[in-house]
This record gives sequence, structure tokens and C-alpha cells, in this order.
Amino acid sequence: MGDTGIGASVRRKEDLRFVQGAGKYTDDMNLAGQVHAYILRSPHAHAAVRSIDTSAARAGEGVVAVFTSEDMAEVGGIPCGWQVHSKDGSAMAEPKHPVLAEGKVRHVGDPVAVVLAESRTQARDAAESIIVDYDVLDAVVDMQVAVTDGATSVHDDVGTNICYDWGLGDKEAVDEAFSNAHHVSTLDLVNNRLIPNAIEPRCAIGDYDHATGQFTLHTTSQNPHVIRLLMGAFVLGLPEHKLRVHAPDVGGGFGSKIFHYAEEIIVTWAAGQVNRPVKWTADRSESFQSDAHGRDHVTTVELALDENGKFLALRESTLANMGAYLSTFAPCVPTYLHGTLLAGQYSTPVIYCEVKAVFTNTVPVDAYRGAGRPEATYLLERIVQVAADDMGMDAAEIRRRNFIQPDEFPYQTPVALIYDTGNYEASLDKALEAADYAGFDSRKAASQLAGKLRGIGIASYIEACGIAPSNVVGSLGARAGLYEAATVRVNPTGSVSVMTGSHSHGQGHETTFAQVVSEKLGIDFDSIDIVHGDTDKIPFGMGTYGSRSIAVGGTAIVNAIDKIVAKGKKIAAHLLETSEADIEFENGQFVVPGTDKSKAFGEIALAAYVPHQYPLEELEPGLEETAFYDPKNFTFPAGTYVCEVEVDPDTGTVDIASFHATDDFGVVINPMIVEGQVHGGLVQGIGQALLEGCSYDDAGQLLSGSYMDYTMPRAADVPSFTVDTTVTECSHNPLGVKGCGEAGAIGSPPAVINAILNALSEVGVTNLDMPATPHRVWQAIRDAQAS
Amino acid sequence: MSVTVSMIVNGNSVSAEVDPRTLLVDFLRVDQRLTGTHVGCDTSQCGACVVHVNGKSVKSCTMLAAQADGAEVTTIEGLAIDGELHPMQEAFRQNHGLQCGFCTPGMIMSALDLVNVNSNPSEQEVREWLEGNLCRCTGYHNIVKSIQAGAEAMREV
Amino acid sequence: MYAFDYKRPSNLDEAAEMLRNSDDAHLLAGGHTLLPTLKQRLASASDLVDLAGIDELKGISSADGVVTIGAMTTHAEVAASSEVQNAIPALADLAGGIGDPQVRNKGTIGGSISNNDPAADYPAALVGLNATVNTTSRSISADNFFTGMFETALDDGEIVSSVSFQAPSSAAYCKFPNPASRYAIVGVFVAQGSDGVRVAVTGAGGSVFRASEMEAALNQVFSATSVADIQVSDEGLNEDIHASAEYRAHLITVMTKRAVDKANG
Repeated sequence: MGDTGIGASVRRKEDLRFVQGAGKYTDDMNLAGQVHAYILRSPHAHAAVRSIDTSAARAGEGVVAVFTSEDMAEVGGIPCGWQVHSKDGSAMAEPKHPVLAEGKVRHVGDPVAVVLAESRTQARDAAESIIVDYDVLDAVVDMQVAVTDGATSVHDDVGTNICYDWGLGDKEAVDEAFSNAHHVSTLDLVNNRLIPNAIEPRCAIGDYDHATGQFTLHTTSQNPHVIRLLMGAFVLGLPEHKLRVHAPDVGGGFGSKIFHYAEEIIVTWAAGQVNRPVKWTADRSESFQSDAHGRDHVTTVELALDENGKFLALRESTLANMGAYLSTFAPCVPTYLHGTLLAGQYSTPVIYCEVKAVFTNTVPVDAYRGAGRPEATYLLERIVQVAADDMGMDAAEIRRRNFIQPDEFPYQTPVALIYDTGNYEASLDKALEAADYAGFDSRKAASQLAGKLRGIGIASYIEACGIAPSNVVGSLGARAGLYEAATVRVNPTGSVSVMTGSHSHGQGHETTFAQVVSEKLGIDFDSIDIVHGDTDKIPFGMGTYGSRSIAVGGTAIVNAIDKIVAKGKKIAAHLLETSEADIEFENGQFVVPGTDKSKAFGEIALAAYVPHQYPLEELEPGLEETAFYDPKNFTFPAGTYVCEVEVDPDTGTVDIASFHATDDFGVVINPMIVEGQVHGGLVQGIGQALLEGCSYDDAGQLLSGSYMDYTMPRAADVPSFTVDTTVTECSHNPLGVKGCGEAGAIGSPPAVINAILNALSEVGVTNLDMPATPHRVWQAIRDAQAS
Repeated sequence: MSVTVSMIVNGNSVSAEVDPRTLLVDFLRVDQRLTGTHVGCDTSQCGACVVHVNGKSVKSCTMLAAQADGAEVTTIEGLAIDGELHPMQEAFRQNHGLQCGFCTPGMIMSALDLVNVNSNPSEQEVREWLEGNLCRCTGYHNIVKSIQAGAEAMREV
Repeated sequence: MYAFDYKRPSNLDEAAEMLRNSDDAHLLAGGHTLLPTLKQRLASASDLVDLAGIDELKGISSADGVVTIGAMTTHAEVAASSEVQNAIPALADLAGGIGDPQVRNKGTIGGSISNNDPAADYPAALVGLNATVNTTSRSISADNFFTGMFETALDDGEIVSSVSFQAPSSAAYCKFPNPASRYAIVGVFVAQGSDGVRVAVTGAGGSVFRASEMEAALNQVFSATSVADIQVSDEGLNEDIHASAEYRAHLITVMTKRAVDKANG
């Protein structure tokens, strides 16, 4: 299976439909008799809703129904999937997140009412005639203001705006180490708020069959079973056998399509009310106000060092924005996906981290590509660079000096994680060589002649992926397990259907997973189909996020295949009249080594379904196996990125002159797809570093509310990249894989900013927040020159 | 009030009575059920809706169906002939120029217009041409590669 | 979009009549500002009068050093026109940098200048080249045409038919784009013509304006160093999340320098 098995850059199965426009995305579906939903949203960041008059809307042309929260009294609030506890042991504040506003609106875009009509235009026309009497209240937008005494409360029943005040690590030991340190580097930074912007806007279609009581939700989701569980059990009270959630082709997610959204509830519930399918598709400007945002941390970090540049301790304090309500996984992002990563690739002996999660009158914030780990990597790789500059050390040398060494694995960090494998110096060396780190000075001189400032920046990142051991996350507050499931169905003629709980929304699972199956079963790649995205077809699975699909979902498939092979051996032993122990399975053949006796995989499949010559007393017919796999540990992809920039001091424009990424993802199944994942992640990270910034004014109005003001990376904003890998295999899954989906977005922001600050050091600039827009860079240069 | 629009879509004559407000993209997606053309924004910037009207790439979300009355329209569905991919489609597949596939139809239609005006575009020319096409998945790296490879394949035809 | 009727006249007289007989008709040229505005329900119209069927508004002609561009000529056509490239390469260059290729395939010079977006490119070219706007009833000099943010000297029912440009001895346009929208944060069109140097600035203020201090210096010596030390006042300049007034003022100098260098080849 050399050309379609593990390690081959197989061209993707899914592309044949996508390049012909034959993909089937949710909005491509139109159900017979469907009505269209328009959601009236709050224009205010914070207001009491005195009354809602829907009478004119109800009389509108084509209007089928109008609903407000009063109509949905039986419907529960939108649940949060993770409970974090504060340092003092108290549970986080968890105010109700109503589907439609109940008495108050808390961010611009908060849903207030829904209109169903025969056409989308009619629904919108009618919604404009709804009269909402708002009593506009002061909005709390800035986190630093939100945490002060006397600040306006987003939730009256919480009283303050602090959701939790969490800590991790040995504070006393850290404080002690700081007081004895040779040098302490300090940095204040902002991890800028981002808007995910998958190019496919969210869409949801609810359907109800009154004859059977069956509900169906077609939705743009990364995890249909998670939506079914949350909506069925916690919101609508629907038994799961009466609720199907279907996520067909999905046009990108990046985290934003993990979460359970109000619109999914509205269309499903409303379909039952009007007994017709209900369709809602977001306009892009609606996406800006209703998709969960990402990042948004304000941080102070300090690093203590000895005279040789060895790290002695790290201390971090962060305010993390939750927005107006707790989105599905919001509480775990700045805590267990962030604080636990602060060792990075380094043997820092003691670390302390504290995070206050803050409610504000802004759109909820949740996981976005990397989720917590980019924030950890950014602050760590920034402070390491500051320390290198403070100590007069080379950027590579200070990292090298502090790396965890290959013989130290498994390595227990001071922030809970146990890294299984890695070789950080190998990645660093390879990256430096590929980026010609040694030749930087001559390139800098050439830039200087052209009136440009050139800089080079390094970031050595680590991430915890393959999310996650259920008992571990359960003890940390997760309200779900994080295993994955797969069913491998061998059809009578030997073709294979794999039903996986992972969901592909760009990752290419239909190809990668088929490669694994092809390799393991020794059968033709084209005879394998990967089925995903439909709770009626797949076993209960947890979906795709946290770079978990190959490490967790892939392992579930491998485990199911192992069961298939074990059963196949029994059947083969019977057919070959030998004992099971004598059978080996290799290259698609069940063989008795040392003899010419063998049975092809297809023959065994046929025998299983036409069991005429079959040990029916001992063995069931059929050849179909399911495995649920719960990972033993996280996986730990790591790598080093090197970015080189050229800054035009006249305009502040930053040009990425080159960018090199060396990653250790463990075993790579499809190098072409893995490189593509890195490219995409890099541009999201470069977008964060240079272009993207969600901006609210003091009244909570979203200033960056469309592509006219929110800068999406375009083709001409970025260069082509050079990427390569080093390999240390994951020790605790059978494929040796670590996952690759988020790395690019995690490692690139600090590499870019370190490069810019390296360039700007000659004009006296020492700190700069993201995004490093031309205006901001120009202003920094100007301010430095003035002081 | 409605208007009659008639046009040739992917070689087929079509005609319909539509509300004057009907955008070309909705006419294609809803009336003609050609759902390969997508909508990704409402400010005419993302390019997921790019189709050709009289041989030139346009954003079908920023054009009324009525404006295309009498025109020849080509969508992504009109490229492959008898199941054989157009060289630009094949180039995207060979070079992993897509991930989620949502921007892909617009990218390919835009790329074909580029090749019409510049049969051998440089990397920089491709990147600048893609000003009006957003992709969130690929980082553009492999899209640029795909378009250059597609252009080369088209030169050889 | 709110409801409207769609009309497609075949000549200017018919168009004018449709405008007269309608409550609130809007002219539809390329539609790349109007349609997004209607889609977002920021505007409404009783009728859209599509000018695409009017042949007299199309085409580019050149005679005696004057290039005349029909109002419905697209940006892509201007950029690709050999007449424009030969006579006023800076104008072809500017047109080729408006929006993106799909915008350029639909957007028109007449639509752009009639809308007079403060960050549009064409107004800088018209003022920089001292162009003449020809309408259904008169000719208006560019200096008098652009009267304020989204405002022009056009009367109700008056339709731009073409724009005439006298070829300069040298000219260039440099734009610093808004990173998100790619409209001009600052765009400077510099031209040396028969009446001296003109420096027209778009993007920075409420409407296109001439930088007279720059013009005076460049009339002395047409070189980037002539303007290098001129700092334009930031008073009254635009401010938004992408650029402060101070930054815009600074960029006017930088873009003027670069445009002069470009004009000098």
C-alpha cells in the first residue's frame, strides 16, 4: 500500500466533489415546505428590554410565526460544557444564557426575537416592524474596567464581572525563586481578540416529523453528537433517539463551529411549533455578532533567570474575556488549555499562573484554532525573547540552554502535564538551518541599503493535543468525555465503510483515515469510504477540535480494525483448518506462515456474510466492529518557527520576507495534507500578528463588524512558506501520531512579533502589541523617537 | 412586480420570472439549483460567489439576475466536460489547493479569468489577482501553486 | 433589499425620463457600492435604472491629446485600454488598482465619481489631471465636481456621460490602502500638466482635495526632495480604527514623494 498507505501524499478523495462545486453544505439544502427564520438582534451592548411589540410583524406578508423568549419558556438556557473552580474552591459563576433575551440584552447581536416567513426577505421585512422598547444601560467593554469595584455588572445575579479567579502552580516556590533571581524580565501584553471567520457562514435547518416525533437538525457543526447531547438533554428535553443532528460538508470551523448556538435551538424548536422545516443562514455581518470570538487576554508575565540565562521561574497573571455569556467550552480555554502549557519546551522548575475570567458586554469568547495554547505560547516566547535581549543572549542560544533534553522524557512539568516524547533541539537546529539564521546579518545589511529595517524572530512552541483523557478532563471540570468512536463495517464483497465520530471540515479525513485503513487492512484505498457527520449513521463520537482527529479518532479506527483482524483470523483458521494462533495477517492476506495456505481479506468478508462454511457455534456471522478509544495522555506536537520581516519605517508596513516552520507531529500519515494544515495555521497566526483585530468602542458597538474593517489575510499579505518536520513518535497511541491542525496558528504570532521587535530595536522600540498594523508600527517608531 | 430574465447558464438557455431584487447568486443557487457558487460575505469581498458573465469574472452576490439578462453565465458546474475535470480543477486537486472547499469554486473561476488575461502569471501576479478571494484554510500557499500549475496545463492544451 | 422596480433604458433620453417619472429612482452603473448598500438596507430605491444598455455611455476615444472615457466604461477596460496606457499611463495604473479584479470588471468610472466615496481612487485622478466631467446637460471641471463627502455638483436627474482627460507630461498615483477594505487610506495623484503641477489627495479627508503646499514646491522643482519636509496639517483629516489623522497627514507626504519618484520614472 506504498502509494496510498501511511506516509503517502495521496490526493484527496473529497476534492473531486469540491472542485466541481458538488460539495453539499448545509445552506445548499432546501427542504420541501421550509420557512425562513430571521433573527432580530440587539443593536445595544447592554439594555433592559421593557417590552417587545410583535403585532405588526405577525401581520406581515408571508409571516408564519413570531417568537420571543416568552414563547420559549419551556426551553432551557444554553449550557456550558466545562466548570472551572476558583483558587478558593468555589465554582465559577454560571449565569443563564437564554436562547432569546430574557429581560435584558448583553451584547450587540444578542438574539431578541425570531420571525418565520415564507421567504427570507419577508422574514426580515417583518422583523423590522417589531418594536422593542430598550432602556439602554452603561456597557462594560474593557476587562480592566470590568474588574474594578463599582463597575456595571453584565449579570445582576453574579454581582461582579468575575466568572472565576483561577490559579495553577506553586506560588510560594515561584515567589521565592523570583526573590533570589539574578535577573527578572517583565512584559505586559495583549493577546488580541479575533473573529474566526470560517468562509462558510453558519447555517441551521430544523425539521420535525409529527408522525414519528422525530426532530432533525442540519447544522454547520464540528461535532454533531455534542450538539445532540447538549440540545437534546439540556435545552429542549428531547430524547436522543428522537433527535438526529446532521453536519454535512462544513466550510471551515477553526473552533467556531464546535459550540452549541442559539440558532440551532431556535430552528429545531420552531420546526416543532410550526410543523414545517425552518432554515436560518447567517449573513456575514451577523456572523461577526454571533459566532464566538477568540483569544482576548490581557497579561503580565515575568521570567526569573540565573546568571547563565537558565530559567528559574515563570509567573503570569491574566484577564481573560468571556464576553457576555459562557460559550460551550469558554471556561477551559484560558485555564486548562493555557496555564498547563506554560512550561513550553523548557525545564523551568517552577511556574505560577493566575487567570481571572471576566464578563463583558461583548460577543461570547471561546476556542479558536489553538485555544489557550496560542496565548500561552505567545506570552512565553515573547518573554523568553525579552529575557534574551535583557541578558544580551542570542535568541536561539537562550532557548537551547533551557530545552528539556531528549533523555528527560517522559517529563513532568510543574504545570500538570507529562510530555511523552520530543526532541526540541533537533527542530530548532533544522529550522535555523532552513532559515539560514547564520546569514541574517548580510540580509539585514542589504535591507538597510534599501532604507528598510530587517528583523528575525524565533518561536519554539509546544501544544497539548489529542484531547483528551476523559478522567483527567473530568477531574478538571469537563462535563463530557473526550474519547472517540469508530465503527469499521466490512461489506460482504470486501469494501469497507468506516463510521467515525471525528468530523472533517477541511482536514481531509476521508483521505487520511482511508490511508490508515488501506495500510492496516491491505486493501485498495478506493474501496474504503469514510462516513462522518450524521448521528443516525455514526457511533457516539465527540467530534473534531484540539488537533484530536488522527490521534484519538484515528486510534479508534485502528482499534476497530484490530478487532476485525482478530475475528478474521478466527474465520480464516476455520476455513484453513488450522488453529487461530497459526494465522498471521499481512498485506490483505490471512496466511499460515511456512505454508502456501492463505485466504484473501475479501474471501474472509464473504465467508462472514455467507456463513456456509463457518464456525457458527463459536462465532457470530458478519464483520463489523466498533471501538471507543479514550486516550491515555495528551499528545505534544512541538517545533520551532523562524520568521524574517522587513519594515518600511516611512509607513510602518511589515513585509514577511520569509517564514520557516519545523514541526514534530510524530508519524505523518499524509505529508501533503499536513503541510496544508501548517500553511493554513501559519496564515491565521500571521493574520493575528499583523492584520486581525476585533475592535469595540466604549459603548460596546463592534467597529470591526465586516470585512470592510476586519482585516482578513489575503494572498498578497503573505509569502509562500518553507515547512518541514522532525519526528519523535507519540508513545501512547498505536499510530505514533501527535496531530497537526493548530500548530501553525500557535507558533507563528510570537515568531512574527519577535521578528518585528528585532527589526525595530534599532529605532528604540521595545514592545508592540498585535496586530502590528502599519499605523501601530509607525506610531511605535514615532513614540520611541520622541522619547 | 417581477421581471423576466433569460440567460445561458453553462450552455443551457434558462428563463424565469423573478423579483427584481433577486441577486444573480440566488438565481443560480435557488432557481437553477447550482449550489456550487457560494455566499461567504455581504460586502462583496470574499469571492466565494465568483462566476463568469460573458467571459469575465464577477461577484454574483453583487449583481442582480436582471443585470445578467441576455448574458452567458458560467459557473463551477460548467467546467468539467463529461466528467473530466478542467485542467484548473485538476491542478487544485493535484496541488492540495483546497481544504474545506467552500471558497474553491470562486477561486477556480477567478483563476480562470486571470489565465484569460495572463497565461503565465508569476507568483506575485497570482497573489495580487486573488485580492477579491478569501480563503481561511489553505494560507493561499497551495492555491497559488495550483493556479500556476493550472495555467501551465492550460498553455499546453 | 427593499423592493424596487428594475428598468433598463436603451438611451439617455429614456433614462432621463425614467428618472423624472419616478419617486426615488437610483441609477445603477456597476452597482458595486449601490447593491451592497441596498442589500444591507442602508438605502432604498423605488426604481433602479440600469445604464448598462446605453451604448453612448461606453467606450474610450482619444484625439488631440484628450482621452475621453464613457461613464459606463469599467475599471478593467480603462486599465487595459491602449489609448489610456499610451496617453496617461498613470490613469490606467490607477484603474488597475481599484478594488479587485471582479470589482474592476463591473465598477465604472461614472458610477465611482458620481458616488464620490471619500476613499475612492478616481476622484484623485480627475482632480490631479484637471479633468472635465461631461453630463447630460453640461461640462463640469473636476475641481468643481466633487463638492463633499458622497456629494457632487450633479443636479437631480443629471447623468454623467463621460470624462475627458488632457494628457499630462508626467503623472503617477500612489495609494496606501486600508488593510481591510483596500480603499485608500491615503491616495495621491501627482501630475505635471499645462497649468503646472497638481497634487490631488483622496482617502485622507471628507472628499478629494489638492495639496497646494506640495504643488507650490513641486512647481519649483519636480522632485521628491521638494516635498520631503512638507508636513500637511492633520486638521480635519479622517480618523478611524485603521489610521489617525496624524498618520494620514504623514502618509500624504510619503505617498506624494513616492508618486513624484514614480512620475519621474
